[in-house]
Amino acid sequence: MTLTTLAHKATRAPLHLGLAFIGLLWLTPTVGLLLTSLLPAAQTNTGWWRLFQEPTLATLDNYRGLFDNAAMTEALWTTAVVSVSNTVLLTVVAALAAYAVTWLSFPGRDVLFVVVVALLVVPVQIALIPVFSLYNAAGLFDTVLGLVLFHVAFGLPFGIFLLRNFFLGIPHELVEAARIDGASEIRVFLELVLPLALPAIASLAIFQFLWTWNDFLVALTFARDVQPITVAIFSQARQFGTNIDLIAPAAFVSLAIPLAVFLAFQRYFVKGLLAGAVK
Amino acid sequence: MAARGRMSWTAVAFVAPAVVVLGVWLVFPLVSTFVRSFFDATGAEFVGLENYGDLLGRDSVLTALRNNALWVGVVPAALTAIGLVFAVLAERVRWAVAFKIVVFMPMAISLFAAGVIWRIMDVQDPEQGAVNATIGVVRDAFSPEGVLSTAQPSTETVTGSLEAGFESTSQVSAGQTVTIGLTGIETGEMPADARQADPAQPTDGAVTGTVWRDFRPGGGEPGVIEAQEQGIPGITIELLDSQRDVVKTTTSDRAGVFVFSDVAAGDYRVRVGPQSFETPFAGVPWLGPKLIIPSMMVAYIWVWAGFAMVLIAAGLSAISREVQEAARIDGANEWQVFRHITAPMLRPVLAVVLVTLAINVLKVFDIVLSVAPGSSQDDATVIALEMWRVSFGGENNFGLGSAIGILLFVLVAPVLLLNVRRLRRDQT
Repeated sequence: MTLTTLAHKATRAPLHLGLAFIGLLWLTPTVGLLLTSLLPAAQTNTGWWRLFQEPTLATLDNYRGLFDNAAMTEALWTTAVVSVSNTVLLTVVAALAAYAVTWLSFPGRDVLFVVVVALLVVPVQIALIPVFSLYNAAGLFDTVLGLVLFHVAFGLPFGIFLLRNFFLGIPHELVEAARIDGASEIRVFLELVLPLALPAIASLAIFQFLWTWNDFLVALTFARDVQPITVAIFSQARQFGTNIDLIAPAAFVSLAIPLAVFLAFQRYFVKGLLAGAVK
Repeated sequence: MAARGRMSWTAVAFVAPAVVVLGVWLVFPLVSTFVRSFFDATGAEFVGLENYGDLLGRDSVLTALRNNALWVGVVPAALTAIGLVFAVLAERVRWAVAFKIVVFMPMAISLFAAGVIWRIMDVQDPEQGAVNATIGVVRDAFSPEGVLSTAQPSTETVTGSLEAGFESTSQVSAGQTVTIGLTGIETGEMPADARQADPAQPTDGAVTGTVWRDFRPGGGEPGVIEAQEQGIPGITIELLDSQRDVVKTTTSDRAGVFVFSDVAAGDYRVRVGPQSFETPFAGVPWLGPKLIIPSMMVAYIWVWAGFAMVLIAAGLSAISREVQEAARIDGANEWQVFRHITAPMLRPVLAVVLVTLAINVLKVFDIVLSVAPGSSQDDATVIALEMWRVSFGGENNFGLGSAIGILLFVLVAPVLLLNVRRLRRDQT
């Protein structure tokens, strides 16, 4: 018995080793960025793996430099404000619309949902020029509000689609019973459907948060001075190499937050992915 | 009837914000971009299809189209294959969840930051770039640094460097001989077929000579070919004329002897060509114009492999174990089970992964601006980047930019129709 288990284990060793190797391979680039960000500014022309030989070389100076850099800290703050506020707004607007599309009858309901599904894959590029002109006319160019509204709009098709799919799984009788008891639609929505749909709403919120935190194209187009972090790093990257001591910590901070959100809520994130198309 | 009316107003209140936002930021821009694509750069004049003609006549746009075709042809298929392999393998170990989290992690970070990460990985200098450092280590393991990578002249009658080659300081003409003694070569680095060095014989109409390792156990006398000193075989020797042009090349034999025959009258110098000295690995230019596309694809695959894996893994777990078990009991091996049961049942999931990735790859943008240095961007460009450059990158040609936007929309339109058709089918 023990012998066969042993033999079994031996034949499976390559599998474990192979997977461990792949895992290591996948971790290396991120670790490389972290270690690069810890290299002293004078040593940035050496490889990051040097820290394995000389761990004492590691320093937080680059992070001090980053947080002393007003443009960078402002950019991080802008990113945080845009991501959080647009996520809240999107979740509310999408939940209301998904509720209406699922549980209420109104003229054009089916057409609306077909339009929503059609808009799922529409590329952002299609809206850049008209919205640019619109923002210039309306004074929304280079504002947090302009970025927030754009992100809400492009998050809506996926949001409505995802939530409607989830709402459809809630038993119809439950909603009907609440209505017969005299509950208003807003009460049914707030007190019955929302609590039941919390996992789906969490998926949507995490998705939208990560998507907008990580956005580059929209920010690059509609922001000049009110720069989110990706654009701030990009404007530094023109002198790539010489200022790696600023780029590396900035890039690491910019990815540490979505990474933490992902690790904390990864179950919801994966659920959101599995629930349907992805942008 | 009254109740219905009240309900209808509620419905309007519920959908109004979404309808307004979708209308202003998506539907109106879509129509507006379409109309705008028939007007000139400033929007003052209707130009018909001119922008679409310009678009197909522009080198940068054609490069972008070609690059996007390459992306669509390579990346979704590669990712699906990788995702499938990872999902199938991970299913067999108990720590599958940990493995999946690690591979999936890059999905959470921005493509822009991922690009920065790979730009650091891909630096050409093997002292700085991890990819080239790894290649250097592997290369050294299989073929140690060149035979002569540490060679230097043994006497002052020979000068030069590893980069320029070593040459004799004295001039020679036909019928004379030269000796080029080199030292500083490790015993282990000598070619295995080297044997005792021979002095070259003077020959009429030819320049002859010997290139040898001017060292023997105990030292020996520099500049003299002695017993136990080996010739250096198989290296390139060049004959230079008075203009320092290479007029002839030859190769040394096992005893280090070389011969340039039929040499015209005149004074010459003899040089050991620099190609004989294998220089240390200088690094592959991953971020240069030639390799930038594969480098960007690697970065992209690193990010999206987790997506493919997770979707395929979910598909795998939905497949009934009983069918697989039944096949195993019937004597099918693992490959047969995979080939005839698992793979066919996975086909719908694989299709979803492929299509989703194809759409995403068509829109690829961030990674180009973050991985590719400015000097490689013209070769790395894609449709989404061209649209941005033409519209906002200084040219401010909104007419042409709109046309490129519409082109991108047309490319994803088949998937849009597919989605709508699937919805219609589900509704009826």
